[in-house]
Amino acid sequence: MTVTEAPAGARADERMRRAGLLRRLFSRPELGAVAGAIIVWIFFAIVAGDQGFLSTAGTASYLEVASELGILAVAVSLLMIAGEFDLSVGSIVGASGMAIALLNVQYNWPLWAAILAAVAFSLVIGFLNGLVVTRTRLPSFIVTLASLFIFRGVTIGVTRQLTGRTQLGGIDTSKIGFIEQLFAGHVGSFSVSILWWLALAALATWVLLRTRVGNWIFGAGGAPDASRNLGVPVDRLKIGLFMTTAFAACLVAIIDVVKFTSADVLRGTQQEFIAIIAVVIGGTLLTGGYGSAIGAVFGALVFGMVQQGIVITGVNADWFQVFLGGMLILAVLVNNYIRRKAAEAKR
Amino acid sequence: MSDDARSGASLLEVDNVSKYFGTVIALKDISMGVRAGEVMCVLGDNGAGKSTLIKTLAGVYRPDKGRYLIEGREVRLTSPRDALARGIATVYQDLAMIPLMSIWRNFFLGSEPTTGWGPWRRFDVDYAMRTARDELLKMGIDVRDTAQPVGTLSGGERQSVAIARAVYFGAKVLILDEPTSALGVKQAGVVLRYIVQARAHGLGVIFITHNPHHAYPVGDRFTLLNRGQSYGTFTKAELSREDLVQMMAGGRELEELSHELDEFARADAKTEEGRALRAAAEQLGEEAKG
Repeated sequence: MTVTEAPAGARADERMRRAGLLRRLFSRPELGAVAGAIIVWIFFAIVAGDQGFLSTAGTASYLEVASELGILAVAVSLLMIAGEFDLSVGSIVGASGMAIALLNVQYNWPLWAAILAAVAFSLVIGFLNGLVVTRTRLPSFIVTLASLFIFRGVTIGVTRQLTGRTQLGGIDTSKIGFIEQLFAGHVGSFSVSILWWLALAALATWVLLRTRVGNWIFGAGGAPDASRNLGVPVDRLKIGLFMTTAFAACLVAIIDVVKFTSADVLRGTQQEFIAIIAVVIGGTLLTGGYGSAIGAVFGALVFGMVQQGIVITGVNADWFQVFLGGMLILAVLVNNYIRRKAAEAKR
Repeated sequence: MSDDARSGASLLEVDNVSKYFGTVIALKDISMGVRAGEVMCVLGDNGAGKSTLIKTLAGVYRPDKGRYLIEGREVRLTSPRDALARGIATVYQDLAMIPLMSIWRNFFLGSEPTTGWGPWRRFDVDYAMRTARDELLKMGIDVRDTAQPVGTLSGGERQSVAIARAVYFGAKVLILDEPTSALGVKQAGVVLRYIVQARAHGLGVIFITHNPHHAYPVGDRFTLLNRGQSYGTFTKAELSREDLVQMMAGGRELEELSHELDEFARADAKTEEGRALRAAAEQLGEEAKG
């Protein structure tokens, strides 16, 4: 101790300044996705600005694509931060949509009842996913890879058994304008699904950053055994998150069914992978314990813009998949770099 | 030798505890305990049974024989969580800290303070950040920023945060598993200081280590383990640092090692390596004599 030493507060402040704005920015998981979204937007604004990318209609179209993917991605991001995968969300989209159509068209249930039944059904499916993962201690990658095929197979099998077809149309939403407004309506020229997306993202971010459950999600993903010893109900938490991803998948199915007034057994195919890619671009670690729901929002936005941008510019849409894979590798590399910077010891 | 049996003041005590794994006798008739405001050092080399003893004390293992007493009453712990609820906190070598989470989030993990009501009940972030910072300062730990990830802290700082957390959440007994073994001299000194701080707060500290030089300055009593058995418990007055070093290493084994090195040294006495070995052998001989 010397007389020249400053009081503790000032000293701490003095040392903090070395961390700097840049490092604090770098320590945000969503930085990569925000930068990516800006770059992609600028790119298409230049390349396709005069072809309608910048128009209200163009913006509405890529936001609509992004919103359905985004609803999935936001839920998946919570699950992935908690250290688990859900590869079955695409199949749940197909199964829930078909459940609504079967109940409504084949069995003449009112649409609202069919929708409620589908929600309950998806929650049960999510519960089963979570139960198997937490009880067997098998990697969720394997468990939900199995359920990806099981759910899709059951959907196709049951639908063909009951109707002899793989598509069901003729859902009448005209009598119930309220449901149509709620799931497939428009605000101005923007699809209402965008509001669902943003509302879910806000809710997920609040849960993640400002509730006990959010702290548990980070803990369960970062060190499950340590969290368990500290009293975090890791298994119940994970089951709840599997139910959340299943619910998000069901919401996407409801939006699609009401919008197209039909269901298809193959709807949602490969959506699980695109959702995971959006989450990873959003800065969430594949091993869990680190990430953000806002990142997933921007990850989904990148894909919405690219998918519609490719259509607008008239480039062959086959190239979308090349972009998908390329972005995934790039995002993981950038995120690893950012995380190393963030976690680097300061001396 | 030990006065645990007579004194009812032990916060935590094991009495003639044994633990077997199949045919292996991991612990045999161990008796030890810790009182409030005391540092009990458990010393032992690799394989002495330290880990088994920690896990037994922490509630991970149940002893096959013997009694486990908390404040004089016999208990059967069912889990580490049970032990924690009874005020026995264990800080493991590999730490219950999550590197990518911030300090304040780590500090309150599993016991988050909340504010608000019903669906608006939320994690009281401001309170948590302020409290984490204050509690760390109380222990003399001055972190730059409690929002920084735990991964950016040095090993000693992490141990210190874990200790501060246990103290804050009302631990009566703190069990520290080799808290200094992976640390440099200066960092180890920092952790030793917090051990003394915890004692000053009235906690009973069980400090498990293989390093007598770390144990002697802070310890009040010392229990020495060797091959699953106890050499007994000694107070600081009964034991000099040299005694401790010698008992730890096992005087006889040190002597044997000294002879062995001597042999090597004779075999190649002309090389520089040989001379270095000879010097080492002499020094070991000295220490073995105590």
